[in-house]
Amino acid sequence: MTSKNKNWKEIAPAGVCSKSSKSFLTGDWKTYTPIRDVKKCVRCLTCVIFCPDGAINWVPDKKDIEFDMSYCKGCGICANECPTKAITMKLE
Amino acid sequence: MMKNLKQKMVALAGDQAVAFAAKQSDVDVVAAYPITPQTIIVEQFSEYVANGEVETEFICTESEHSAMAASIAASATGARAFTASASAGLALMHEMLFVASGCRVPVVMAIANRALSAPLNIHGDHSDSMAQRDSGWIQMYAENSQEAYDSIIQAFKIAENSNVLLPVMVGLDGFTLSHTLENVETFSDETVKEYVGIRKIANVLTHEGKLAPFRLDPKNPMTMGPIALQNYYFEFKRQQEEAMSNALMVIQNVNKEYGEISGRKYGNGLIDEYYLKDAEIAVICIGSTAGTMKTIVDQLRNEGIKAGLLRIRTFRPFPSEDIRTALSNVKAIAVMDKSMSFGGNGGPTFHEIRNALYDSNPRPFIVNYIYGLGGRDTSPTQLRTIYSDLQQILTKQTIDQPIKYLGLRD
Amino acid sequence: MTTQEWKFTAKEIANKPDLFLPGHRACAGCVPATVLKLVMKATRGPTIVTEATGCMEVVSSIYPYTSWATPWLHTAFETAAANASGIEAALKIMKKKGRISQEHVDVIAIAGDGGTFDIGFQALSGAVERGHDFLFLLYDNEAYMNTGIQRSSGTPHGAATTTSPAGSSVPGKLEYKKPLADIMIAHNMEYVATASPYYWRDLITKVRKGLEVEGPAFLHVFAPCPRGWRSNPAKSIEYSKLAVETCVFPIWEAVNGNYKLSSPSKLLSLAPQKKKPVSDYLKGQGRFRHMFKPENKALLDEVQNITDKRWKQLLKKCNLS
Repeated sequence: MTSKNKNWKEIAPAGVCSKSSKSFLTGDWKTYTPIRDVKKCVRCLTCVIFCPDGAINWVPDKKDIEFDMSYCKGCGICANECPTKAITMKLE
Repeated sequence: MMKNLKQKMVALAGDQAVAFAAKQSDVDVVAAYPITPQTIIVEQFSEYVANGEVETEFICTESEHSAMAASIAASATGARAFTASASAGLALMHEMLFVASGCRVPVVMAIANRALSAPLNIHGDHSDSMAQRDSGWIQMYAENSQEAYDSIIQAFKIAENSNVLLPVMVGLDGFTLSHTLENVETFSDETVKEYVGIRKIANVLTHEGKLAPFRLDPKNPMTMGPIALQNYYFEFKRQQEEAMSNALMVIQNVNKEYGEISGRKYGNGLIDEYYLKDAEIAVICIGSTAGTMKTIVDQLRNEGIKAGLLRIRTFRPFPSEDIRTALSNVKAIAVMDKSMSFGGNGGPTFHEIRNALYDSNPRPFIVNYIYGLGGRDTSPTQLRTIYSDLQQILTKQTIDQPIKYLGLRD
Repeated sequence: MTTQEWKFTAKEIANKPDLFLPGHRACAGCVPATVLKLVMKATRGPTIVTEATGCMEVVSSIYPYTSWATPWLHTAFETAAANASGIEAALKIMKKKGRISQEHVDVIAIAGDGGTFDIGFQALSGAVERGHDFLFLLYDNEAYMNTGIQRSSGTPHGAATTTSPAGSSVPGKLEYKKPLADIMIAHNMEYVATASPYYWRDLITKVRKGLEVEGPAFLHVFAPCPRGWRSNPAKSIEYSKLAVETCVFPIWEAVNGNYKLSSPSKLLSLAPQKKKPVSDYLKGQGRFRHMFKPENKALLDEVQNITDKRWKQLLKKCNLS
């Protein structure tokens, strides 16, 4: 595997990071997937605020929230905190 | 290029000379903690601050560990950082020394070399910095206060060189140099400021794909000091070794260019040779001992004995090739160590020299003298016996005792 | 703390670009990750972050990846505050010498409980004494989670950790949690506060206040860790609410040493009947499971007693008793 990585002459010194973790997808960690009931959702953004993984975003153009499953680790905080119980966790 | 610039003779103790050089080098941040025999450095620097003679943020930290952490962080922010320590203080910094070299921050630190506890001892030997020889720092040792002054100024040029980017420690023997007044030729503040210049910061590629100066800057976010695992850690260590090897040339260049403006050179910057060309027997030593040794060599030469001296000025990177070349005609060598490597079959300098000369053909006789621990005085008479021992080895063509303790009550 | 002082809405917070980026490798349900995300949303301008070794440092900087969209430095475990000293000093002098822009840059030092209560305490005390302008943010998950759940002096009484296991003769950690925020107030700091992420507006406001202080500020944030607490990841935020509702972790701020309860805790001081029993908070957490065995009834009572005692002491400090 290490052969794919850059050699010591190619990388910046001192371990200055070269990639944003946005390109490291953690979505495949999950066992449970959040499912949102759009009718129950009041767009209060509680889930956006509490998500530890930045996997739920407010999209101003759509005036709606959007789940980014490529980061969601399926912790279920969103479902637990949703004041209208609009989110349920489903076993993958 | 500036040449032989005007200088002024001032009486300075080694510590004062160091503080003066740091002041003239226009350091931005000094983070330090007092410890004997380094204390005069921080005291002197505090006076510069108190009297408005420097534009420096002086952080009186609550420990040496924090002094080094703050120095690393200041340097990572783009500042020129300087600190000083000794003995237990340097030992407390141990963890952070590796972080400094690993983060590639060009911090400069003066070490007033002193023994390590226990038993507690405040006097001079090389135990403290020798224990840090594998910490990734460039290590230079001064023979006198003049060299301490010159080396601190040079250290910034070496550390900040884009092919090096490594921290530098400059050792001066505790009390023997740190507290002893000597005449020191000094430049004007302006001359040093111009010579050292404002710290230039090389560009690196950030995670945002931008080439930006290697420092913490909100305009170009950069992650410094991350965790690197099995897949990358090794590569960063190899880079540090490359930087060390680059430093061999940079130190020589700086020694040469500084020689042109000051009229002073310390050998080739790495080693200082004294009557080695035709020497049959030679002593290798570090620091102020070389001053006394030179007088002894003079006496021996007057007596027709082909004796020489090699002073190691730069211990890291270790100048193996230069040493091999300098000693190519020498038949018996005594290596002096002012520190011990317990259970290691001789002192650290002895190890290095034996390693460096393994490939010599023919291989010379090499013996080790441990001396001066905890500030134990070593008289010229005692030092002279080293040469007579070497003569005996040559006569007998054998070594009776490879490791000797000079000045120890047997 | 009053919410009236709060100027932003959830939407504005959501709209603000993340400085702590997704793709970090915190465990599922990690509240310290939520805390860091929210703290970085509270920044007011250019900010440099320095972090102690610990969970959040490790999960956010696994080379070549970084989760930091702001300049970030890690050096060692015990050095967050010392780093902040060096950064602040460097910014100050380089600005004075005209080598960098004159724009103000905030400095935030982040550490977990190990890096604050224990190994980093000396550096923190020193940096605060020297008066550097920085915010020290403690995310307290109450044990050394990064090394595998060992007790720290921030671990609460009775909790089982891998170095304070609940055994047949010793029922978990015997010592009490060090009152760190109070100790920081004793440094004569201008701003010290505690916060819980469930009350996120309060948290964000306190971060902003801490940044606005010219000098050192200290913020102690409660941060549940489902892995180390052996609790349901989905309930992580809920525990940060229950800790406040049971007065296990009251939230307050002290400006120049004058203690003042923040709204959720203030409410409990006004309506003591709403204060929940500690068992509501402890149950469901594996680290406290042994406390619910009949033979450990005394331990459970003791936790209730110490919680009540500390709450009373706090009310006194707030001139509410």
